[in-house]
Amino acid sequence: MENQSIITIENLVKRFPMGKDSFTALKNINLKFGTGEFTGLIGPSGSGKTTLLNILGSLDVPTEGKAYVLGKSIGSLTTKEAAHLRKESLGFIFQSYNLLQVHTVFENVEFPLLLLKYAKSVRHKMVMDALEWVGLTEKVHSKPPQLSGGECQRVAIARAMVKKPSLVLADEPTANLDAANSHHILKTMETLNRELNTTFIFATHDEKVISYLRRKIYLLDGRVDKDEIIRINQNERS
Amino acid sequence: MKLALKLAYRNLIGAGLRTWLNVIVLSFSFVVIIWLKGIMSGWDYQAKTDMTNWEIGGGQYWHENYDPLDPFTLLDSHAPIPAALQSEINSGDVVPLLIAQGTIFPEGRMQSVVIKGINPEQTIFRIPTQKLDTSTDAIPAIIGAIMAKNSRLQTGDVVTLRWRDTNGTFDAADIVIVEIFSSNVPAIEQSQLYIALDKLQEMMILADEVTTLTFRESKESRPEIDGWTLKTKSMLTRQVDEMIKTKSAGQTILFVILLLLAMLAIFDTQVLSIFRRQKEIGTYIALGYTRQQVVGLFTVEGTMHAVLAAIVSMVYGMPFLIWQAKVGWTMPIDASEFGMAIAQTLYPVYSLGLVVSTVVVVTLTTAVVSYLPARKIAKMNPTEALRGKLQ
Repeated sequence: MENQSIITIENLVKRFPMGKDSFTALKNINLKFGTGEFTGLIGPSGSGKTTLLNILGSLDVPTEGKAYVLGKSIGSLTTKEAAHLRKESLGFIFQSYNLLQVHTVFENVEFPLLLLKYAKSVRHKMVMDALEWVGLTEKVHSKPPQLSGGECQRVAIARAMVKKPSLVLADEPTANLDAANSHHILKTMETLNRELNTTFIFATHDEKVISYLRRKIYLLDGRVDKDEIIRINQNERS
Repeated sequence: MKLALKLAYRNLIGAGLRTWLNVIVLSFSFVVIIWLKGIMSGWDYQAKTDMTNWEIGGGQYWHENYDPLDPFTLLDSHAPIPAALQSEINSGDVVPLLIAQGTIFPEGRMQSVVIKGINPEQTIFRIPTQKLDTSTDAIPAIIGAIMAKNSRLQTGDVVTLRWRDTNGTFDAADIVIVEIFSSNVPAIEQSQLYIALDKLQEMMILADEVTTLTFRESKESRPEIDGWTLKTKSMLTRQVDEMIKTKSAGQTILFVILLLLAMLAIFDTQVLSIFRRQKEIGTYIALGYTRQQVVGLFTVEGTMHAVLAAIVSMVYGMPFLIWQAKVGWTMPIDASEFGMAIAQTLYPVYSLGLVVSTVVVVTLTTAVVSYLPARKIAKMNPTEALRGKLQ
């Protein structure tokens, strides 16, 4: 399954201005990601994993080098094209869930489909399917403040997965969760990755997440320190 | 746009009390502005209607020398009734008036009056002139309530009237007050004395001569008559228009203050939203919105306050405005002192144009006020917004 390349990064450099000088967050990164990968960008704070994830998510642009996501060069996209790429093909999962607080669970998950202008009946079915994947069909009318952290992150996963994107970018998805909830949502994501062949890229330094990864890219001071592919027997996990 | 409306509605309703506080403040502005404008329209309508019914009819011919603001012109402001108008006079569609100066002596005091000779059978003015058709020893006269109050005259009182006829000879006779009428037009009440036209012509030795001719039908084009000046209804009510315009300008300041208060609440909410909802803004962008679309969403959200306010205004404002139109607004001070055509109780008149224009102006102002802080979103860095970092 993990064959066709959906992301290619060539000599990527990212600098941030810091007063008169600049800080180099990513230094000469060269990577390729295939379809259906379950990969983690691992490293301590300041290693550049979130910066790289933001570039892959077309929320930021490289200072030098190229990053191709689903055949699109991130640095060359207009704001509108970048928004279109995110809307059509990317899903995001954030450390602090980033759910719309005044919307219900249903409305939160429905949001990406509204942007894609799906018909109401289609939206309803897709949202209910997504909530079923994460086991939250009974919370459909609840609002985020009424949910636990684990439930919120499951809603965020459903929102990221509802449109069945090619790529899901998850930034520290378990950082605010306890061990049980972390394993629950990681299993959910692993299942979705397997069943829908969606590529997952994590930015993490959480050992629980790392234990689920099939590819581990270690970043240190903005450079790729190690790129490790793990062969896991799926039976072990289940 | 449809999506922005849907999301904005969800966000507003979800925000609960914060939204409703703004909406109530804004709806208050709607209702007060419509009510005040309705009062002005009502006053305009009342003033013109009362002037038409009591003072100017459908327009007038004035003797070329007549100037109501200069009493010295009265001596020379009379001429025989133009033959061209005789048939209309006979049919009651034109009312001739002879105007002269005089003095009355109520309770031994001396008071200048304008004596108006009018046909008792006329039906153009609402002045109860039929009461002049009374047989008494003294000359029957009617006066307005303001005059009655100032001269302390009552119905049945007899008072001496002195006048100077066309030959310059002073003469005097007793008059009896047969009726005191009340109008909302001070100009026809203050120091005005109404007696029968033929009697005044006889007193002044001015047989068949008059000062003004008032016609029933309001026509902008009537024939020019030599020696007479045509004063159309619009010319005679111009003063009212100018007065209303002046008052409206004054009211605009109140509207601006009201709007400012409401807009301050909206602006404050928008600024707070942009600071407090950074993560949400970042999330919208991550999920596929452009920054401009988020600006649009926040602008729509702010503007929707005005839409909700219009709906809330309908709920409590409409019954209030309808009730006001029925019972009117009674001024706390005596309106007759104002010296202009204003009723003690004003009945607001609301037109569709008034309501629509108020809603449009308030909504557009809200849109602008909502857009101004929302522009900041366009400069936001989405990655920092996602982390909720203040920018």
